[in-house]
Amino acid sequence: MPSEIVHLEGHIIDSLTLSKVLDIILREGGEYTVRRFQMGATRTDLSHAEIEVSAPDILVLESILHSIQQHGAERTTGQTNLVPAPSDGVLPDGFYSTTNLETHVRVDSLWLPVEPIEMDCSIIIETKNGQLSARCAPMHRVKKGDRVVTGDTGVRVTPLERRDPNDAFSFMGSEVSTERPKERVVAAIVQAMQDARNSGQKVLFIGGPAILHTNAGRYLEAILHAGWIQTLFAGNALATHDIEHALYGTSLGVELATGSAMNHGHENHLRAINTIRACGSIAAAVEQGKLVSGIMHACVVCNVPYVLCGSIRDDGPLPDVITDTMLAQDAMREHIPGTGVALMVATTLHSIATGNLLPASVRTLCVDSDADTVIKLMDRGTHQAFGIVTDCEFFLKELATRLPGVKI
Amino acid sequence: MTIPAHPDLLANIALSEVDASHPLNSLLMCAPTAYELKYEINPWMHLDNRPDTNLAAQQWDSLYQTLTRKMGANVQLIPQAPDCPDMVFTANAGLLRGRYALLSNFRHPQRQLEEPFFKAWFESKGYRVLTPPVGCKFEGEGDALFVGDTLLAGYLKRSDICAHRWISDCLAAPVLSLELIDDRWYHLDTCLFPLDEETVVYYPPAFDAYARTTIENHFETIHVCEEEALRFACNAAAIGDKIALPSGCPQLSDQLSSRGFTVFPVDMSEFLKAGGAAKCLVLYLR
Repeated sequence: MPSEIVHLEGHIIDSLTLSKVLDIILREGGEYTVRRFQMGATRTDLSHAEIEVSAPDILVLESILHSIQQHGAERTTGQTNLVPAPSDGVLPDGFYSTTNLETHVRVDSLWLPVEPIEMDCSIIIETKNGQLSARCAPMHRVKKGDRVVTGDTGVRVTPLERRDPNDAFSFMGSEVSTERPKERVVAAIVQAMQDARNSGQKVLFIGGPAILHTNAGRYLEAILHAGWIQTLFAGNALATHDIEHALYGTSLGVELATGSAMNHGHENHLRAINTIRACGSIAAAVEQGKLVSGIMHACVVCNVPYVLCGSIRDDGPLPDVITDTMLAQDAMREHIPGTGVALMVATTLHSIATGNLLPASVRTLCVDSDADTVIKLMDRGTHQAFGIVTDCEFFLKELATRLPGVKI
Repeated sequence: MTIPAHPDLLANIALSEVDASHPLNSLLMCAPTAYELKYEINPWMHLDNRPDTNLAAQQWDSLYQTLTRKMGANVQLIPQAPDCPDMVFTANAGLLRGRYALLSNFRHPQRQLEEPFFKAWFESKGYRVLTPPVGCKFEGEGDALFVGDTLLAGYLKRSDICAHRWISDCLAAPVLSLELIDDRWYHLDTCLFPLDEETVVYYPPAFDAYARTTIENHFETIHVCEEEALRFACNAAAIGDKIALPSGCPQLSDQLSSRGFTVFPVDMSEFLKAGGAAKCLVLYLR
């Protein structure tokens, strides 16, 4: 709920000005909290009140603030301070660093929404076609002369609202626990994915190679085929072992059907990468009939965009893997708008990387067999994430079973 | 807007100093040598109903004579500037207390022309002139009337409530802020006047509910009926127990007489055409 703090000073008790201002706030649909009140010690001393005014939306808040201003309530939020970026990729001293919460900045008496919101970025004010707008910009994308918000004057951050008790996520709380009834969590995720589909929002899946090692790739593949996932983020490993499985039936050389290690199986993933490199790309391999099953195949045939981000320990990598981390970040960033649900399964690195890019409003579930992954994610600012500590094979099997239309 | 405490904060202005500098019968008036109706800035003003300037001069002179000869007032005069037709309404020049003149900052540009003339006059008389914070409108005694040492202050129509903070900072006086809600009673002195230190005469419908409660909580009150309020019954100039009351207000006149006040009816018809009457034509030099 947007809010702003105002000060009211004067003989506000004797004049009933305080009562009037509080009444106006309520009458116009807002709420107030008197954060501080200091009564004048004598008849001539002024009294002082610090009032937090909140309203269901910015328009109502502005209207209330306008009404109470004429009765002496002084707004404490000033205009944002804008300083040009000194050079490409360099922010001015004292730049405002964003959170992943809904943020507005005040420029020329207007509250501009910062879009798309992302944590640990700067805010740049632009004028396009005569319209002012506020853009969230990571450091490396700042251009010399961009008007950058500095200090926190004129910046308003709206805390995440307490979830509706009827919300499928609400029962989970935000703590990491191994003690939750996992079927209920999966049911909540199914509901969230259905909500996203109904409201035209995207479901983003972030996965690690353990999905393949535990032979759960088939469930993810089926979920993709049923159209429940709109974007996939992963690294070289998930794609490589998925393709290894598609080509050789192994993951890291272990036959998934039998669980036994294949002779020279440890080479399989390298041969798989080499095959795709020879084809030019994963999509080309699908087109050439070399890759006919698996998660990546499902992405290609179902037109689900994927971003594969490289890391320093990668073999190959696959030709689709973006090895420049900043370019990879930007590629992920482009797919974030419109995302309603993010499922992070069995990956620490990519979960945190994605968490950094997500607005806090995205319903985020992190599934890992290690509670540390979820804790790390939340410690790095993705406070909206719910964690479930479980094996990814169990989770994906359960999810595939419960999502309508998934054939396994 | 944050209004810093005025550097000349008069936390301890001594009432003896007030009494010594000017007795409470000292007034500032402006003879209507350039009074006319050139613009419309309140619902009373109509360019097709201009005042008869000769008659206005007679009415002003009659008020002046009543104040000086019958009521014991000591009146000082400021010459009227040719381009300031409303300068006759000296009540709006500022608010005076002790050595200090809190100068007005008029809402309408037409009247802002008066400010330098009043400022110069106050300075020539040795007042220390204080000006309101930037962007803060204030129309002097038109919107600020002392009842004892409490200041009643009107806002919303002409003065801003931020001016009240400024006044209380400057004069260390308790200020009761009263919201005016009817354009016809655009200044506090058009709908309220202090009779003595405990009593105010006022027209309740000109105020919002909070202001009415505030007034009733703090003072004994005499309510004016609409008919007489429209004849500016509340725009009376009082000195001690003598009151110059716009004529045509028999009910209020009787009530005041029954309380022992001496009422002098004054015909203000030509000044009513500009939205003013007896009180608007005088400024207390306290």
